[in-house]
Amino acid sequence: MAESSGKNGAEKQLVELETVAIRFAGDSGDGMQLTGDRFTNAAAIAGNDLSTFPDFPAEIRAPVGTLAGVSGFQINFSSRDIHTPGDAVDVLVAMNPAALKTSIGDLKSGGIIIANVDNFGQKNLAKAGYESNPLEDEEFKGNYDIHEVKITSMTRQALEDMELQSNLADRCKNFFALGLMYWMYSRPLEPTKQWIEEKFGKRPEFVQANTRALEAGYFFGENTEVFTSNYIVREATYPAGRYRNISGNVALAYGFIAATKKMGINLFWGAYPITPASDVLHELSRHKNFGVQTFQAEDEIAAVSAALGASFTGSLGVTCSSGPGIALKAEAMGLGVMTELPMVIADIQRGGPSTGLPTKTEQADLLQVMFGRNSESPLPVVAAATPGDCFWTAIEACRLAVKYMTPVVVLSDGYLANGSEPWLLPKASDIPEMPVAFHTDPEGFLPYNRDSETLARPWAIPGTPGLEHRIGGIEKEDRTGNVNYEPENHEFMVRTRDKKIAGIAKDIPPAEVIGEASGKVLVIGWGGTFGAITAAIEALQARGASVSQVHLRHLNPFPANLEEVLGNFEKILVPELNLGQLSKMLRYQYLIDTISFNKIQGKPFKVGELITKIEELL
Amino acid sequence: MSTTTAKNGGGLGLTRKDFQSDQVVRWCPGCGDYAILAQMQKVLPTLEIPREKFVFVSGIGCAARFPYYMDTFGFHTIHGRAPAFATGVKVSNPDLSVWVISGDGDALSIGGNHLIHSMRRNVGVKIVLFNNRVYGLTKGQYSPTSLLGSRTKSTPIGSVDYPLHPLTLALGAECSFVARTTDRDQKHMAAMFEEMANHEGTSLLEVLQNCIVFNDGAWHKFTEKGMKEQNVIYLEDGQPLVYGPEDDRKGVSLEDYKVRIVEADSPDVTVHRVDDEAGGYAHILSRVELEGGPVPLGVLRKVERPPFEGLMVDQVAAAQEKGEGDIDALLNSGDTWEHH
Repeated sequence: MAESSGKNGAEKQLVELETVAIRFAGDSGDGMQLTGDRFTNAAAIAGNDLSTFPDFPAEIRAPVGTLAGVSGFQINFSSRDIHTPGDAVDVLVAMNPAALKTSIGDLKSGGIIIANVDNFGQKNLAKAGYESNPLEDEEFKGNYDIHEVKITSMTRQALEDMELQSNLADRCKNFFALGLMYWMYSRPLEPTKQWIEEKFGKRPEFVQANTRALEAGYFFGENTEVFTSNYIVREATYPAGRYRNISGNVALAYGFIAATKKMGINLFWGAYPITPASDVLHELSRHKNFGVQTFQAEDEIAAVSAALGASFTGSLGVTCSSGPGIALKAEAMGLGVMTELPMVIADIQRGGPSTGLPTKTEQADLLQVMFGRNSESPLPVVAAATPGDCFWTAIEACRLAVKYMTPVVVLSDGYLANGSEPWLLPKASDIPEMPVAFHTDPEGFLPYNRDSETLARPWAIPGTPGLEHRIGGIEKEDRTGNVNYEPENHEFMVRTRDKKIAGIAKDIPPAEVIGEASGKVLVIGWGGTFGAITAAIEALQARGASVSQVHLRHLNPFPANLEEVLGNFEKILVPELNLGQLSKMLRYQYLIDTISFNKIQGKPFKVGELITKIEELL
Repeated sequence: MSTTTAKNGGGLGLTRKDFQSDQVVRWCPGCGDYAILAQMQKVLPTLEIPREKFVFVSGIGCAARFPYYMDTFGFHTIHGRAPAFATGVKVSNPDLSVWVISGDGDALSIGGNHLIHSMRRNVGVKIVLFNNRVYGLTKGQYSPTSLLGSRTKSTPIGSVDYPLHPLTLALGAECSFVARTTDRDQKHMAAMFEEMANHEGTSLLEVLQNCIVFNDGAWHKFTEKGMKEQNVIYLEDGQPLVYGPEDDRKGVSLEDYKVRIVEADSPDVTVHRVDDEAGGYAHILSRVELEGGPVPLGVLRKVERPPFEGLMVDQVAAAQEKGEGDIDALLNSGDTWEHH
């Protein structure tokens, strides 16, 4: 569909598109994350469905112009329901040759390149490993719709009379690129101008410079004859209501705040900075009015230890980290299992082992959190499926922790943590009330007297008269909790702790099959792969393929009906960003065959990869 | 809570017995830990603090069994991490009287990091460090306070590690209350416990404690009659640093940060003061015995600083004064839009 829009002389075509994916790529100091973030906001305001994927290096400022220093932000926005940031992009904004080189493989054939040619000199080309300028290569030119734009020099021109130092002027060039994209996709400038005003209000010269750069980019698009058309992506038809764009880390923080508020207890957050989990600490530290205490500990062990100490005292202790930090917390998590205190451990997974790929995503900590402690040390594990789902997963973890008096692990990952999506805002009243009742009656009190249904022991906190008691890491005597080394008691307690966690299966929703309840292929996933798997399944189901989907939130214990569900399909495909960890768990638990589909590149699945794999099995 | 009448002068009617749990104490016969436990159980009832407000937190080691024997709230945690657990306890409920029981291995080796950070934060926990210069529970390896050349199970031809000096470390970590006592000096130990109980912020008490099995006599010079008189100096705020038997009194001069033993009536004798903000005097005082002087017992330093838990609670209270958290308001904050 096309309509003409004549403005300021140049005759332009306005073309309607359903879905567009754009990647902004530049040096890590070029402000690409901010640019992407603003473009995302504009798409959200326009009512598009969207999904984002920030992808940045571990180094804060890698050498300028190098491949290692490229920071990218991908956004997929659409007038229909979408689930992923897009397998490939339609538009690549490349601020330098390195950005072009690292991202060109993800640009669709015939896709648009907006290249900041001011940065395509010999030196920068060499840094990116180009022997000659690809923008001048005939074959390359034939494959893409290339727009060479002097972003740096045009930004400088626009700010010429402001007498800014040139490095300050150059820092506004991302706003020029953003303005150009706003023109190209028919977005209003006003919300971003307002945002600039709020963000840089204290420095009027920054407000003026960034606003001017933004406008200059927009007007450049409008007036130059290079661009013959611009585009519109209309509102998507997703459920009506109030929305905000939310990242997984913010949603996770909100979930913990909401859960403890509903419980009527304080949230104690013990954490040590680690990528990609630190943002949860940052977010929570801004919400002390909820009674949140944030404790930046001296190390990961102190973070979890203080959290467990806080739980012993009647707060809900939560600690949050990534794989390497979780490894350090293992002993204290085991103490939480032994002392049967509520605690939540959030693991924002990243590529590993060891330091691995700190800023890249992976889901290879499942077996670590299941088994990475000494001896028989079971605890519930739940995983978030989307950025917004991090909110509900945090609440579920808190519920289980307090109801069953146990540490609970929440698994998120770098992709969910930093990625974002429009989120239909829940109301406080949608969240179940979960009032906590501490034990107060000294009559017949025994610290390990269990609730007959949940097998949870009482939560008896210091300061309660008559409930003085001792807990600790040494094996407990049944009921009294006294130190006990008896062989039979030990076996009884090991089995009881195991039974308590296994019993949670009765208290969680059954696995839900999306699609036919039986058939040829069942694709079963967990965690942040939900979007890509869902998109693949939807595409195949639309073509009439016999494929269904299950996505697990509860990984320990599994939903009670899972074995039955698995039995209804000829083939079980388990796509994971690891070497098959859920696959192993399904195999040993149910003695069934599974087909693993694995990707370990620090990147999420592409929908196309999944479709191809599923088609092989159909 | 017990209703028996006070025997120790406590205002709440509690007695030593109220602080004894029903668990059998399992330290080796003759262990110095018994004396420390007994003193603690004697002092607590006199403090006018309800029994349910006491929490004893420990790590791993012989000393770490201490909480099991106290009829208070207790948490026997993992090796070296007790100060971190205690931080969570104290911050969650600043009203509690939180005690950390630790040893030289637990506090200074595996738990060194948590020890120094709890002290520099000034968390209001009371740390009792049982220093016997040996690993007892693992049966006799040298510890971070063992002397160079110590012959132990793991160093049969002598250790090549230089020892750590707990009080010097505590002062370096900005600890606001630093003191020392011995397991043989009941009255003095009781006085130290009392002072700790009343101090806001971190207090660290080193107890020179005898391990009768693996390092017997390590501190005899400072604890046994006939020797201690020559080798111990009792610190009193505002009093000169003098020590020694009646007929052989001596003084300590720390002028110019040099340790000198002088006549008791010499004008050079330094007058002890606990409120040494700068910490330089306390530092040299913590090293008197290393320079051939007597070992100082008592409070080396006691300064006032707002404790961590108070600052933490104040921040939350200040935030709540501006309006308590509301879930709907939180969810609706930032850029939101209505989709029709």
